[in-house]
Amino acid sequence: MKPVSADSPDSPPGGAEHAASSQEELATLLKLSGRGDEAAFARLYDATAARAYGLAVRVVRDPSQAEEVAQEAFLELWRTASRFDSSKGSAVSWILTLVHRKSVDRVRSAEASTRRDTTYHQGSQGVDHDSTAEAAQASMEARRVRQAMDSLTHVQREALELAYFKGYTHTEVATMLDLPVGTAKTRIRDGLIRLRDTMGVGQ
Amino acid sequence: MNESLHALSGAYVVDALDDAERAVFEQHLPTCLDCQREVASLREATALMADDATLTPPPALRDSVLAGIKSIRPLAPETGPATARAEPAAAEPAADETAPDGAKVLQLRPRRRRVATLVAAAAAVVAVGVGTVYQPWQDDSTTTQLSAADQVLAASDAQRQSIEFDDGSSATVVRSLKEKGAVLLTRDMAAPPDGKAFEIWLQDDTGTMVPAGMMKRAGDHKVLLEGDERVVTKATGVGITVEPESGSEEPTTEPIALFELGKARA
Repeated sequence: MKPVSADSPDSPPGGAEHAASSQEELATLLKLSGRGDEAAFARLYDATAARAYGLAVRVVRDPSQAEEVAQEAFLELWRTASRFDSSKGSAVSWILTLVHRKSVDRVRSAEASTRRDTTYHQGSQGVDHDSTAEAAQASMEARRVRQAMDSLTHVQREALELAYFKGYTHTEVATMLDLPVGTAKTRIRDGLIRLRDTMGVGQ
Repeated sequence: MNESLHALSGAYVVDALDDAERAVFEQHLPTCLDCQREVASLREATALMADDATLTPPPALRDSVLAGIKSIRPLAPETGPATARAEPAAAEPAADETAPDGAKVLQLRPRRRRVATLVAAAAAVVAVGVGTVYQPWQDDSTTTQLSAADQVLAASDAQRQSIEFDDGSSATVVRSLKEKGAVLLTRDMAAPPDGKAFEIWLQDDTGTMVPAGMMKRAGDHKVLLEGDERVVTKATGVGITVEPESGSEEPTTEPIALFELGKARA
């Protein structure tokens, strides 16, 4: 993707430059989208769709439903782009927050209709993520994140993954992990804080 | 800083709060700079987790998104005083079903078609003023003020009673004596039969059922119960019955749900 502004900062060689420059670029594209710039939105889509769709698939699992969720999220993103404020967070986290919320809403309402038959299982079904998360395999950033995840305690990591990737409430997570009620939310928060600090983001 | 609310920040960021908790936290958030900062920074961390899930979407998604935006007008930017309401997560659940300004969500599959009728039904609910309907990105000037329903949900003395139904839907009554109000929250409620609506009742301290509001559509509701303060604060229960759409003065059918409220203070 071409840089949006001519004065984007020179990036150091190595892994971090992609993330840094593209964050600024994405913020600019999002801002342009808020003014109704469809071409900018198309570029924003191209830069973020794999993350958005991948997250939706991870949470809702069924690829066709994930596609619907991602579509809803992007249309919402277009409609509300002018509300984005880059001083409050990155464009990617704004987009993924939207995708995640819609994904979780989808699984919760689907689960509500089949709750009686549901057994909690963590085995893979539907999409095999290990073989399909192709881009992630190559990404330095993803490897760093995985290492950071590995630095969490076992319970922190499990609680965080059940909540974020599987859409369970902290109360459900507590039950699934045999934690006292009310402690899963603390594990989730501790895990996120550690991940944030290890990765040096959001400072 | 409210410690117990602050502890919800992580679960909030990964959407692991239930509806009532989320409502409470979102009321708290605009008032607490510490929580805003923490939520923002933790969001960056969760965005990193998503890096690990990257997956190339089908090309059709791009086409339908780019076709879809042609019929959607982007919202105007906010021009009022800066507040914390430019929060992506200020969107409420079921937001896509109540898109307020005609924003169309293209239906990829027939199975989702019910959404279209819900949009119309939701508009009707707003028109009769029965209760607060969820809206994405609340963008009107009232956003910075707590609605009466949200004040009840956020009240420190709020008492809750939940019922789960066999079909997986659920309903919760929240009452605050301090706020002198009660709110009914529903999740995934089935549609009432044709020509009928759900009527909500407060059972007063003499055992009489007093009309307290109507729900005319399926789905998620947040309804501030009607009734004078005395009835609301002294009510011993809340019931829901199926009634004609115009409502009834007293229940004409057996309740589909009954909530017992804790002892009200005199």
